[in-house]
Amino acid sequence: MTDTMTNSKPSTKQDAVQPSGGRDVLEVYGTRLDSRLFLGTAQYPSPQVLERAVKAAGVDVVTVSVRREGARDKGGQRFWEMIAGLGVRVLPNTAGCRTAREAITTAEMARELFNTDWVKVEVIANDDTLQPDLFGLVEATTTLVREGFKVFPYTTEDLGAAERLLAAGCELLMPWGAPIGTGRGLANPYALRTLRNYFPGVPLVVDAGIGAPSHAAQAMEMGFDAVLLNTAVAKAGDPVAMAEAFGAAVRAGRTAFVAGMMEVRDMAAPSTPVAGTPFFDLK
Amino acid sequence: MDAVLEVVVNGEPARTRARTLADLLVELGYGDAKVATARNGDFVPHRKRDTVELTGGDTIEIVSPRQGG
Repeated sequence: MTDTMTNSKPSTKQDAVQPSGGRDVLEVYGTRLDSRLFLGTAQYPSPQVLERAVKAAGVDVVTVSVRREGARDKGGQRFWEMIAGLGVRVLPNTAGCRTAREAITTAEMARELFNTDWVKVEVIANDDTLQPDLFGLVEATTTLVREGFKVFPYTTEDLGAAERLLAAGCELLMPWGAPIGTGRGLANPYALRTLRNYFPGVPLVVDAGIGAPSHAAQAMEMGFDAVLLNTAVAKAGDPVAMAEAFGAAVRAGRTAFVAGMMEVRDMAAPSTPVAGTPFFDLK
Repeated sequence: MDAVLEVVVNGEPARTRARTLADLLVELGYGDAKVATARNGDFVPHRKRDTVELTGGDTIEIVSPRQGG
């Protein structure tokens, strides 16, 4: 006779929650963050929509970049004033860099412009996949950590690269979900799960490739510490509503992970008690 | 009169009489714009712009805050 009450209760992940008066905070480089969603600031229909999306998602961190500024073009100044007014932390990236040297110089320029030592280091290996050049990434990261940067490395699921990045001084890793801008979700959940299990104590942020709130929830249910996305919100029909949806999905996935999910099993098991089923003796 | 230098600014050829990076920024009209700079691939901090002397053929990058993912 099957009795659901005898099934073992899944263990909760309360130890993953840092005690802070009931807050479930994510600590990165000594900074405590309430939101586990990092949002990109590119491709929105207007600055106003971006501003409202950031507020709707309830994020603490937004990513930004540096780009060539034309003389008398005050675009950078206007963008900076808008971002500064949001009251969130900025994480400058080195998007578009193809060598460690480009990434290092870009990071140095970003540190002066944004007045932060945080930097998301991207070194791109291939135009079609925009996949990280792991060799250049480790090289740039090694130099930047030495220069006092707090590096958020955009990487793959590769365990060897992960080891090298941590040895270089990274306190977190940002593995890709799928290639940037594809919206395909977690392309290699097996490898991501391996990474998660191999580094239980390292904050891991799934960065890139997230297309739907369910993808973000899936990453959080797997025990990732946060997700970073941009296009899925910016290119939504209603970016502000989508930002809200992603905020809710990340919270739901995180809460589910902490609660401890049931084990998947092959055979059905009745959820309604079998004992006392009417007509049972007539069968 | 100082000689004219041919340099490359943000990927475009430019002719300048400026001697330093700080002078070049003024000449090009950046004024007190919120920009960061690099010369020949190396970062030049704000405080060092007036000590960096330009040479013909220099490539200069002038960047500002932008949207990013």
